[in-house]
Amino acid sequence: MDRRTSIKWVLAASAAWPVLATRSTRADSSLPVRGYGTDPKLVADYRPGELWPLTLSASQRRLTSTLADLILPADEHSPSASAVGVVDFIDEWVSAPYEDHQRDQTIIVDGLGWMIGESIRQSGKVFSDLDTTQQHALCDAICDEARARSELHSAARFFALFRDLASAGFYSSPVGRKDLNFIGNVPLARFDGPPAALLKTLGLQ
Amino acid sequence: MPFVTAKDQKPSYDVVVVGSGAGGGQSAYTLAMDGAKVLMLEAGRRYVPEAETAMFQTPDQAPLAGEGTTDKPFGFYDATVDGGWQVPGEPYVRVSEEPAGRFDWWRARMLGGRTNHWGRISLRNGPYDFKPRARDGLGFDWPIGYEDVAPYYDKVELLIGVYGTNEGLENTPNSAPGCLLPPPAPLVSDLLIAQRAKRLGVPAIAGHRAVLTRPLDFRHSPARLHPGNPIAQRILAEDMRRRASCVWATPCGRGCAIRANYQSTTVHLPPALASGNLDITTDAMVYEVTMGRDGRASGVSFVDRLTGGHQHVAARVVILAASACESVRILLNSRSTQFPDGLANTSGKVGRYLMDTVGSTLGGQIPLLENLPPLNEDAADGHQLYTPWWLYGPQHAGKLGFARGYHIEFGGGKRMPGYGTAAGLEWLTGGSYGAKFKQDVRRYYGSFVYFDGRGEMIPNDRSFCEIDPLVKDKWGIPVLRFHWEWSDHERGQAAHMQQTFAAIIDAMGGRTHGAAQTDGAKAIAPGGSIIHEVGGAIMGSDPKSSVTNKWGQTWDVANLFVADGAVFASNADKNPTLTIMALAWRASDHILGRMRRKEL
Repeated sequence: MDRRTSIKWVLAASAAWPVLATRSTRADSSLPVRGYGTDPKLVADYRPGELWPLTLSASQRRLTSTLADLILPADEHSPSASAVGVVDFIDEWVSAPYEDHQRDQTIIVDGLGWMIGESIRQSGKVFSDLDTTQQHALCDAICDEARARSELHSAARFFALFRDLASAGFYSSPVGRKDLNFIGNVPLARFDGPPAALLKTLGLQ
Repeated sequence: MPFVTAKDQKPSYDVVVVGSGAGGGQSAYTLAMDGAKVLMLEAGRRYVPEAETAMFQTPDQAPLAGEGTTDKPFGFYDATVDGGWQVPGEPYVRVSEEPAGRFDWWRARMLGGRTNHWGRISLRNGPYDFKPRARDGLGFDWPIGYEDVAPYYDKVELLIGVYGTNEGLENTPNSAPGCLLPPPAPLVSDLLIAQRAKRLGVPAIAGHRAVLTRPLDFRHSPARLHPGNPIAQRILAEDMRRRASCVWATPCGRGCAIRANYQSTTVHLPPALASGNLDITTDAMVYEVTMGRDGRASGVSFVDRLTGGHQHVAARVVILAASACESVRILLNSRSTQFPDGLANTSGKVGRYLMDTVGSTLGGQIPLLENLPPLNEDAADGHQLYTPWWLYGPQHAGKLGFARGYHIEFGGGKRMPGYGTAAGLEWLTGGSYGAKFKQDVRRYYGSFVYFDGRGEMIPNDRSFCEIDPLVKDKWGIPVLRFHWEWSDHERGQAAHMQQTFAAIIDAMGGRTHGAAQTDGAKAIAPGGSIIHEVGGAIMGSDPKSSVTNKWGQTWDVANLFVADGAVFASNADKNPTLTIMALAWRASDHILGRMRRKEL
């Protein structure tokens, strides 16, 4: 899904979201927070929190870490999401001052709140303290919007956005590139195209 | 001669060029290399691609993984400075906010304008494209034909460097021998698309893009481009030697620090500056062409953005190349007793017949492309192959239900992972997460293809811009108000694109991401979103129905020329940039000749 599609999707999602008691609020709303502007320095290395303050609370970040690792766990190819800075990435994203990101913030913060409330309602524990089976049971109900029960649609939309953001943070990292065997972005003296043997296998030669 | 502030400008110049993009850059180059004293005025800031381009930066080094925001719509690393569909402090007005009736105006306030980030797609208009009305009775014929522009297409291709092949296809012209650089090797996805499209009768040939697939021919090209001008030949040869060829990495939209693709700032301006005949003033927001008592343009007035002060500079000739709509805005804001409705507007056609390109997109997922071995597919950053319009025959026979055609830009490959890599995969994964999700992402990475249709919009009476009576920008300059409407021809093209793309994806054994849109009104991208704004000061053979003659010279004011997309009398499916440059070179040759003969 490209960003333009995702913006449309987020718009639809935020319109459908029920009014919840835990509305998202900016950590320090007294400070004017701006984006990086229309002429930022490009040749630089930016870190989350450098351009605008991160706004997720400690408990929101804990849950973000648990959930991100549930979606992108360590395996034989690569470490888990939280090990490559995905929590900071999601925090940077939902704390960004742009309208789209503010909408995402509402969805993420409200969705994290729903996860906490729902796990307590179901088993009397916060999500992070549930055992794996219980965590999966909760996620299985909301991991696919198309199949989620109608009363869980908002939660399913939250989960879809969260998965998008977690994987954006993960696959844009050096670890994520390695996981996908990405070997581009290096200067080459010449470009010869795909190997002939591969083209033959595919019936393209 | 150098970059100068307003106070260091000479009292008068042979030519003042407003704008520094494709039209302004080519005009300044042609004039300065032939000895005219030129001042270029650019509204945005100075920009130095060699130092400022993010060449190998990765998404994790950028805020928000480099994804687009309202500050940087095409992503953090896009070359655009102070630009986008909205520019802070520089509003414009739309009479409609509905997708079908809106026009979004892209601007880039920087030296080189939008050439810094453009797609580098460099297609020639063909013979039909200059005489469309003669073929189907719609729109307007140009007062020139392909044969008038062909030599200038050759020159521009030799100068900037364009890869491609000569295929001899209908209305898809060949270049003169030696003009084109060899095309890059196609990717697996390119070849698969080409193979399956061919089964449907849809051709795929080498793309044409302004990217150096090998070094320029600095030994021979300068003499072909500047016969009888040894100084220009020497300057150009030196500059061509300094341009590196492509290193097959980093997206062209970021600009190119090694000057391996065309942008005005790396190709037109360095040799023009080296000639000693060009001064450039940046942060100079031109708002008016001033008139002398002799009925000729005397110069231009501008706001110095750094001081807010108003300045004037005099010139024998004024060339507007500020982008189609900005040039229109300057003309309409240049009111006088002689021209109460705007300068050069006795026809009432200034601002009329604004056009963009018909755009529609469809993507798909192709199982045959899953789980390929690791491949470096950065290549030339896309457009290794493309599909020129191919249905001239059925259309002529009245079988399509719409006029004019479109070309297809397509691609795929294992591109730099980022936000789009694993987002929105539920339609394939059923919402997997955990270890299965990581496996799914690996499986699908590199298996997607996209198809972008780029079609011809026919000029109409309901698509135009004018001065808004109320709104002004932050300098007090009145702003444009846009009216926009598509016709059934454009909607028909968009629906046909969707049908074609779905058929190709199906022939590849893939599935489309979402159903193909059968309703053209829903399939078509909003006006202005393809950023091929042309028209507004169209050229013609009749002063009553056009703004300029075949040289881009305004009918009303002999020493006032328009050298950007505003003069386009039609907007063929071919991307406009190469034609803007060819026409600007042709106009500047004409201006030089008339200045030599003391006619200007």
